[in-house]
Amino acid sequence: MLAYALRRGGLAVVIVAVALVILIAMIQFIPGDPAAVLLGPLASPEMREAFRARMGLDQPAVVQILRFFFRVLGGDLGTDVLTNRPVLDTVLEQLPFTLTLIFASIGWSAALGIPLGCLAAVRRGSAADRLVGVLSVAAIALPSFVVAIWGLLLFAVTLDWFPTIGAGEPGQPLDRLHHLVLPSLAVGLGWVGYLARMVRATMLEVLSENHIRTARAFGLTEGTITFRYALKIAIVPTVVLLGIGVGHMISGAVFAEIVFARPGIGRLIFDALATRNYPTVMGAVMVTTVFYVVSTLAADLVAAALDPRVRAGL
Amino acid sequence: MSAPASDDAAAAAGGRAPRLAGLRAVVADPMGALGLVMVVVVIAAALLADLSPHNPVAMLPRERFADPGLVHWLGTDHLGRDLFTRVLHGARIALLVALSATAISLAGGLVLGMAAGYGPRWLDSALLLVFDALRSFPTVMLALALVTLTGPSLKAVVAVVVIATLPGYGRVVRAQTMVLRHAEFVLAARALGAPAPRVLALDVMPNLIGPLLILVSMDIPVVITIEAGMSFLGLGVRPPTPSWGTILNDGYAFIRESPWPAIAGGLPIVAATLGFTFLGETLRDRFDPRLRREG
Repeated sequence: MLAYALRRGGLAVVIVAVALVILIAMIQFIPGDPAAVLLGPLASPEMREAFRARMGLDQPAVVQILRFFFRVLGGDLGTDVLTNRPVLDTVLEQLPFTLTLIFASIGWSAALGIPLGCLAAVRRGSAADRLVGVLSVAAIALPSFVVAIWGLLLFAVTLDWFPTIGAGEPGQPLDRLHHLVLPSLAVGLGWVGYLARMVRATMLEVLSENHIRTARAFGLTEGTITFRYALKIAIVPTVVLLGIGVGHMISGAVFAEIVFARPGIGRLIFDALATRNYPTVMGAVMVTTVFYVVSTLAADLVAAALDPRVRAGL
Repeated sequence: MSAPASDDAAAAAGGRAPRLAGLRAVVADPMGALGLVMVVVVIAAALLADLSPHNPVAMLPRERFADPGLVHWLGTDHLGRDLFTRVLHGARIALLVALSATAISLAGGLVLGMAAGYGPRWLDSALLLVFDALRSFPTVMLALALVTLTGPSLKAVVAVVVIATLPGYGRVVRAQTMVLRHAEFVLAARALGAPAPRVLALDVMPNLIGPLLILVSMDIPVVITIEAGMSFLGLGVRPPTPSWGTILNDGYAFIRESPWPAIAGGLPIVAATLGFTFLGETLRDRFDPRLRREG
């Protein structure tokens, strides 16, 4: 297990390093001058030159990559162009809002998706199974920003059940929760579908195995068999999917934060983009990429701990 | 289940008649039929957009925020532009991006995937690492980072789509190529002295197209979502060009004045993503259930 963890962890570090190189290479090889784009058409050549020198863009690519790399390793993501604060501080300030949204979305989509998947597997071929199947596909296909805007239109603007903007007053948990409902609906809806499908597929496999037949022969009730025995095994791939889900939900969170004007990483990057605050964008993108790689790493390690067959796979 | 099974066998044999059998199999499934209808409607919208009597960018301030009626089927937006006509023209942008970006991504995935699967081991490891690293950027983050550097444009959208989807094609092509390189007809070609590019182009590639086309049909809703999402964020198509994403963005900005722009912007996105997904899922289940496990 330790050998697997070391190999898998090493791979994660290499992936982050390559992602970093790609990010810097993008700056280098994209046609056009980032300084011109960032400073706008009115900037004089001297201003652009000064900007390039300040950002280190006048150095050769290899120097830039190494410099950026060692700075990031030392925990320095650069300095915000507008506020002159370290980018890392700004990012860490916004991260809790995004994490709250992501974990709330994971929570409700698992609470709904896993039982739906069980139901579909136990009642295989029934009308309920087919309905869950079609609804899952539909939930997966619906883009989160359409769900967010239609949710906003129906539940906030028309019915006035939920607030339209912000994350709620600090120190008032109920108000915070009230502000969390619509954004987490938009972020989590697709994952109800993913989880229902995943649980259904693995449950069907497990339910056809010998030890379940034995349990049935001993006269255990279907409820006990489903939840006490089958689900315990079938949940393993779902745990892995949840780990990947945490990373993927960042994309959905960006849209939810923008539509509902919530603070968070997505909103931070989006606002930084509007003000051409390029170090903040790059630093925040780097942090979310690391977050994504770490969450898939954690999921793989949990899967390996639960199922020895995974360890042999790498 | 016996009828679809024989259809599968006929489809596997290739040729003209089996293709019709394949179409019948898709239509026989209610989900497939619904998907096909939605896809046909979206394609028809793109082709017939010019038949609308309205101009998609003409502003009629006096008719702003009109409710749907006989003249304006989906109502009008904050500048009095006919929403239905804008939705039709938006279909062109959506399909244009979907087709061009997918073609580039597919070509790149084919070349790199075959190189990884057929080439030396170090090349395989290096390419796999690049695929994994590219996949480790959340798509929206990638779009935001790229547009920070290039400014918003349709080209940026295509670039993001290619980066987001190429690793998926590359991995499938690599896996299939590794299986095919040991197939007897490939060994025979190599024994006859055929150079690697010839073996890949004539012997390996034709056998990759089937599974890839199914992957493509599953990816089209993703691509449409990326275009609409980027245009919604102001990172893609620029106003006044009608894109479903920019219509939705207008609807969001004026959501308290009128619900119709927000509804009109979302409807075609929902129709296109659901339509292509239903169709793609049905195609996959009919012709290649193995793909269910990958991806």
